[in-house]
Amino acid sequence: MKVLAALSGGVDSAVAAARAVDAGHDVVGVHMALSRNRDQMRAGSRGCCTIEDASDARRAAAILNIPYYVWDLSEKFEETVVSDFLSEYEAGRTPNPCVRCNEHIKFQALLDKGVALGFDAVCTGHYARIVDGPDGQELHRSVDTYKDQSYVLAVMGPQRLAKAIFPLGDVASKDEVRAEAEARGLGISNKPDSYDICFVADGNTQGFLRQRLGKKPGEIVDVQGEVLGHHDGAFAFTVGQRKGLALGRPAADGKPRYVLEVQPETSRVVVGPQELLTVHHLNADQAVWFIEPPTEWIDCTAQIRAHGRPLEARARAHGSGEMEVELIDGVRGLAPGQSCVIYADTQVLGQATIAKATRNMDQMREFSVAN
Amino acid sequence: MNAGANPAAVVYLDHAATTPVLPEVIDVMSSELAQSGNASSLHTAGRDARRRLEEARESVAAALGARASEVIFTAGATEANNLAIKGLYWARKRRRILISAVEHHAVFDPAQWLATAEGAELVLIPVDANGVVDLAALAELIAENPDDIALIAVMWANNEVGTIQPITEVVELAKAHGIPVHCDAVQAVGQVSVDFAAAGVETMSISGHKIGGPPGTGALIATREAQLTPVLHGGGQERGVRSGTLDVPGACALAAAVRVAVQNQPQQAQRLARLRDRLAAGIAQLTDAVVRGPALAQQNSQDLTRLPANLHVTFPGCEGDSLLYLLDSQGVQVSTGSACQAGVPQPSHVLLAMGLAENVARGALRFSLGHTSTQADVDAVLAALPEVVERARAAGLAGGMA
Repeated sequence: MKVLAALSGGVDSAVAAARAVDAGHDVVGVHMALSRNRDQMRAGSRGCCTIEDASDARRAAAILNIPYYVWDLSEKFEETVVSDFLSEYEAGRTPNPCVRCNEHIKFQALLDKGVALGFDAVCTGHYARIVDGPDGQELHRSVDTYKDQSYVLAVMGPQRLAKAIFPLGDVASKDEVRAEAEARGLGISNKPDSYDICFVADGNTQGFLRQRLGKKPGEIVDVQGEVLGHHDGAFAFTVGQRKGLALGRPAADGKPRYVLEVQPETSRVVVGPQELLTVHHLNADQAVWFIEPPTEWIDCTAQIRAHGRPLEARARAHGSGEMEVELIDGVRGLAPGQSCVIYADTQVLGQATIAKATRNMDQMREFSVAN
Repeated sequence: MNAGANPAAVVYLDHAATTPVLPEVIDVMSSELAQSGNASSLHTAGRDARRRLEEARESVAAALGARASEVIFTAGATEANNLAIKGLYWARKRRRILISAVEHHAVFDPAQWLATAEGAELVLIPVDANGVVDLAALAELIAENPDDIALIAVMWANNEVGTIQPITEVVELAKAHGIPVHCDAVQAVGQVSVDFAAAGVETMSISGHKIGGPPGTGALIATREAQLTPVLHGGGQERGVRSGTLDVPGACALAAAVRVAVQNQPQQAQRLARLRDRLAAGIAQLTDAVVRGPALAQQNSQDLTRLPANLHVTFPGCEGDSLLYLLDSQGVQVSTGSACQAGVPQPSHVLLAMGLAENVARGALRFSLGHTSTQADVDAVLAALPEVVERARAAGLAGGMA
């Protein structure tokens, strides 16, 4: 196959490309330029897409003896990933930009462009497995469940599985990948992993949001509506957040308070006790299904944040675009805007974006009366 | 280069990026590398080295209409441009720097740096749709306050679209007020006639590797009156404005390259213009591509508005990086129209200054011919292009960028 290997400049994508070469594919390396405002060097684990990353990607391609190109996808990235990130925060939700990047950039813009230019598939260093099942190809968690990235990949949907290659899906651990990079003479074997949002170069998300969205002052209130403090922008708050509330006085019961809800229309942030964070039920939209959308409840596990643990759940579809999920034991700090992925064991069944988390209102009212 | 590509089948049409080193230059450089001696030493080896260096200096000067004492050897044109821009600015202690909006990064960035780090006021001289400096606008900018201008920089010919600038007119406007003009002549040498004295500029930079010389060689030609504060301090070589042990092999190789390029320029310019025109005509037949920069003259040979070896084209609906990949995989090596910062694509400031929309600028390709170019190269490009453009257009739509 003619394979386009996305080379980020990191260890994973380089080893993935090497494995694609070993598998006998005709591999071409491409580094995506996603940001035009580029820092020269990477600062620790912060971000990616620096000049250093582009150089490391080029060096990796040279060591693998494959052609290497830089493709400028910065406009598309700004249009889809960054602007979605900003508008989601503005709307009081907590976006997951890596999900949007996989959806719009890696498995859309890059893949479609690659196919149009004559490639058969895109190879990335993601940790996930594509498995041949009875009804076609399935997306599964990686063998190394700690590194598993099926959560951020599920958005790609089943049609694109046929054009994706994830050579790292069955490695036992990242250490194995680093050792392999070392053995292959890829000098980047010790490069730190990147965890933060790549387009926020200094890792200061709040600063980035303030710079791009400006100040939008509002009130911090408790569940009874009493004003406890003020803030410069509701986008600084995520459901479940405890730190950085800067409330002048403690709660009556002396217990810590958490962000329960962000109301973008009024710019109000509602805080309250931890008990009220628990959510048992969510509705999600923009659903992507890897199975026939289930009209009846099916048992599954659900993951509601990156690196989150699987939760016992049941789910059903409303039409093909909406997903309703019940979390059997409930979960704390479920943030609208995040991705919800449902699984049967390791297999991805579907993915959707959390639109609404339903808190037990009776519980909230009881709480109000009691206090 | 495609790892598996047959080197014999490779078509190299990116001479504006760098040129294959001429065989005679390799001979000169190899024999120089075999000799030793610091050209500043006082013993025999030093004197020998110095003699060869000064012969190289005289040779460069003679080829470019300069005096030997006006040639300052540097490690390339970027250094020469930095020395001119910073050196003139620091020495003249005036605030404003006027540069054309289509300068190379090696001129633009030092000027920009002076603006951010040293409080200079950087003013861009606008250009028209062909990339030609607007002389009326320049006259107005000068008239605002001529005594406040440290220097004016306008390139001899543009590296992307090949536009030749009206240097004589620029110098006339500047000379009236005693303002020095720096001219980046990197792309002009070997393609058009370059005469330093006749042009009347204060400083002029040239590069070795664009004319069949080795990379890391170049020179700043500077009048004896030019006030230059050094950028590199040290042993005081090169009039005290460019310290560093004299690079005799580099200087001799540069001199050889300049000699050949200037000697061959009249025939080479005609030959390359003919090839370029055939390429342009072929592209026009195959696609709806648009030539950027000054229009190609009919029966081009005496055309003084653009470089004979440059052809800059935009392909509607295509991405330059798609075109580059597809052509490269067919063994055809060209450049996208955009400037490249360490391999990272940026929209071309030259095309934007010429008034092109960013989405049009994205579809730019630069074909630049040189001493190795042949009719077979042109034929290979024209044979590859139809399928390449069709695919690139499909990919442009797929990527949603067009």
